[in-house]
Amino acid sequence: MIAQHFPILQVVLPLMAAPLMVLLRRGAPAWLLAVIVSWTGLFISLSLLAQVADGSVISYAIGSWPPPWGIEYRIDRVNAFVLVLVSLIAAVVVIYSRASVAAELPAHQHYLFYSLFALCLAGLLGIAATGDAFNLFVFLEISSLSSYALIALGRDRRALMASYQYLIMGTIGATFYIIGVGLLYLMTGTLNMADMAQRLAGVTEVRAVLAALAFITVGICLKLALFPLHLWLPNAYAYAPSAVTAFLAATATKVSVYVLLRFYYSIYGESAIFYALPMGQILLLLSLAAMFIASAIAIIQSDLKRLFAYSSVAQIGYITLGISFDSVTGLTGGIVHLFNHALTKGALFMLLGCFALRLGRIRFDNIGGIARVMPFTSFGIVLGGLSLIGAPGTAGFISKWYLVLAALESGQWWIALAIMLSSLLAVVYVWRFVEAAYFREPDAKTAQLKEAPLEMLVPALLMIAACFYFGLDTTLTVDGAARAAQTLLQGIR
Amino acid sequence: MTPAATILLALAVPLIGAALIAAAHRAPNVRETITLVTAGILFLLAASLTPLVLAGERPEVTLLEMMPGLALKFKVEPLGMLFGLIASGLWIVNSLYSIGYMRANNEKHQTRFYVCFAGALASAVGIAFAGNLLTLFLFYEALTLITYPLVTHAGTEDARRSGRIYLGMLIGTSTVFLLVGIVWTWQLAGTLEFAVGGILKGRASNAMLGVLLALFIFGIGKAAVMPFHRWLPAAMVAPTPVSALLHAVAVVKAGVFSVVKIVVYVFGVEEISGLRSVDWLPFISGFTIIAASIVALRSDNLKRRLAYSTVSQLSYVVLAAALLTPLSIVGAALHIAAHALGKITLFFAAGAIYTAAHKTEVSQLAGIGRRMPWTMGAFAVGALSMIGLPPAAGFISKWYILQGAMGTEQWNAVFVIIASTLLNAGYFLPIIYRAFFVAPPADGHGHHAHGEAPWPMVAALTLTALGTVALFFFPEVPLELARQLAGV
Repeated sequence: MIAQHFPILQVVLPLMAAPLMVLLRRGAPAWLLAVIVSWTGLFISLSLLAQVADGSVISYAIGSWPPPWGIEYRIDRVNAFVLVLVSLIAAVVVIYSRASVAAELPAHQHYLFYSLFALCLAGLLGIAATGDAFNLFVFLEISSLSSYALIALGRDRRALMASYQYLIMGTIGATFYIIGVGLLYLMTGTLNMADMAQRLAGVTEVRAVLAALAFITVGICLKLALFPLHLWLPNAYAYAPSAVTAFLAATATKVSVYVLLRFYYSIYGESAIFYALPMGQILLLLSLAAMFIASAIAIIQSDLKRLFAYSSVAQIGYITLGISFDSVTGLTGGIVHLFNHALTKGALFMLLGCFALRLGRIRFDNIGGIARVMPFTSFGIVLGGLSLIGAPGTAGFISKWYLVLAALESGQWWIALAIMLSSLLAVVYVWRFVEAAYFREPDAKTAQLKEAPLEMLVPALLMIAACFYFGLDTTLTVDGAARAAQTLLQGIR
Repeated sequence: MTPAATILLALAVPLIGAALIAAAHRAPNVRETITLVTAGILFLLAASLTPLVLAGERPEVTLLEMMPGLALKFKVEPLGMLFGLIASGLWIVNSLYSIGYMRANNEKHQTRFYVCFAGALASAVGIAFAGNLLTLFLFYEALTLITYPLVTHAGTEDARRSGRIYLGMLIGTSTVFLLVGIVWTWQLAGTLEFAVGGILKGRASNAMLGVLLALFIFGIGKAAVMPFHRWLPAAMVAPTPVSALLHAVAVVKAGVFSVVKIVVYVFGVEEISGLRSVDWLPFISGFTIIAASIVALRSDNLKRRLAYSTVSQLSYVVLAAALLTPLSIVGAALHIAAHALGKITLFFAAGAIYTAAHKTEVSQLAGIGRRMPWTMGAFAVGALSMIGLPPAAGFISKWYILQGAMGTEQWNAVFVIIASTLLNAGYFLPIIYRAFFVAPPADGHGHHAHGEAPWPMVAALTLTALGTVALFFFPEVPLELARQLAGV
């Protein structure tokens, strides 16, 4: 009975929880509510994924107004996968966040943090669940506004600057998106995505539709931090509270990738107009640039959070590279990497948060020999780094395998080589950490440090374990991604 | 116990051993006993599979499917059996040696050392028994990573720099070439299983076969084919037991083992013999043999000389595989065994000299044979095996390789083998001569009275020297395995 309302409950639960937390005005009960909401959300998303696994589509009409007039939530194999990812990360991060937030934020801000967290979660889940282009914009803004505030909570004063920078870039992105949607509404008279796709199917050469595609692409690419539109990301990740970085790095950009996939394949996919612009080539070039340039920049960073932030920009390049192949294998690789990288980077930023708890800012010059005093955190980062590099047996290997396979299938062997060469750059920056943490003698201050508390360490290391689990058993990830890729390439029928 | 269970147990035993070793870190005697017992059990497990494989069975077990159609799979065929036997058998001897070496030299982090060693052996067994290229690759990379802490054991600036070369070169080649080769093979053949006669038949043009072979040969950096050989001398910064078991046996043999396995079971010897696109391989490997020998000849540091000798001897195996005749394939497999026994003896001796006399350079060894007769006697046996003289095992493998080369009239290869034999003699015989027949310098500066190294080390190197000779007189088991591999 209640199960048929899962699509809306998925989004509404955290949305309702957020104001409740403000009313509670206390950190501890707010945290408890956040835990309940995110774990219920995880349960809901898994049951949604199970429902659509056979290829069926759940269409949920909000307020019983039938689509395309009312707002439709439409769950298929693509967004069910994204919903699981977001809820999973949220469920783990929320456990982790209590100790981290207690250390990094003043007590009177704790309930606000959890409230914003719930809002951000609601926004991200809403983006994924909705089948309505304007409703998507609303949730995009909910998630963005709450994340600006979350980033600004960072204890370093530069967090304000980072948040402001992200606000400007993010708003430009959202504006571009809504201009694109406006143009589409103008031409098709509908905001329902499925309806829009049908109406666009016959269109061959309409400039406004083409302009809409360009606006939406740029707008979304700003949000997903495609090189060179990534400038907001490194500062935002570096100065936000650790729990926020872990959550956003694992989910926000990934959800934006999903929106791009939705527009490219489900809405524009049927129309010839999609191929009027050389989207594949543009995406390919920018992805390669991201993979190499962002990795190179990551190597020379002295702040570890910034290092892994730039690494995120590079890894997003792998995801968009998979999309640019426009084939089942390529999309599978892109989507599987979306999941695997979310796990890996989420885990890494959680572990960096453990360092931050003890050190404040994490720079190469103050982590010398830290593996002696914080052995679990350090080794966790090494293991997560292996997944980032794509060592076999880790989740990162699976994504790399599919991306290389897609490159070879398309006959572009040089892209296969480029993928491998750029992953060597990851070896370099991961090994900078290894050499600093393991080969240097700890200084007097470092030698005093203690290992991070279990309630932060356990969730983080569980995520690391998941990186290895999904490197060996890929039934959930690869099958899910492959099905999603097939669904996307079929378009919304 | 079913053969499948034995395979899984052989993989699990070193890992369980590693966990127990870590748990026993406060009790060195217990810790070292666990190492020896683990090594012993592993060897018994491998040995219990041998009669089955000799009888023509190919026990296999599939663990789980990593990606659709690509499983984590193990299958014991003759070459893997041989490699598994060598690695596990020599681990016993090497553990004995390690105990003497690590204690006598007061090395730090001994628990980490033994744990990583057990992990390295687990990876080596995984490589030996791998049933497809994906499984092979998984354990190949695991072996690189688990040996990194062993190479950088000292933790010094020098160790860190060598660690960079080690990791950079091995990960670099395996990522950029080997993995691309594997994915490409998967795309062409639709399978990665090792199959008799190869899996690429009719799936790729001749030119593509040539490129693929290059991806595999240069991708397997552990085989140390030039120009990707520099990690091996760099790894000599590690404690000598590591150089002995890993950089003379497990790691480097994993490299040439993979090369032979891929040539036989992925390409198929008959499928590619005579192709123009693959005839560059004998030249590359021949060049490596000669060039590395020359470098060895010019090195005064004993471990460095042994390392370059290893580079050269590894390319013997690659060359033998590249000749693409059944007899040379037999020679390749035998040389994996023969060189393992001989080279581990030489490294054991080098480590014993370092421990007892604190000498590392060839030029310091005058008269040392009088003080350390057992050590230098074993060294002489190992050296004979390297040169390829009877009664040492190296003679047999060289014999088969030469027969293969002559039988198919590949005179370039014959020339390479003869020239390198002379070079081998040129860099090993002077050491023996100096040790036994040159009078030691008058005591006074830096020379102190010493005898042999601690007994576990002497026992270990005597055992391997005896093994080198025994393999010459009783080569039946390895020979039969090698014959089954080559199908003759």
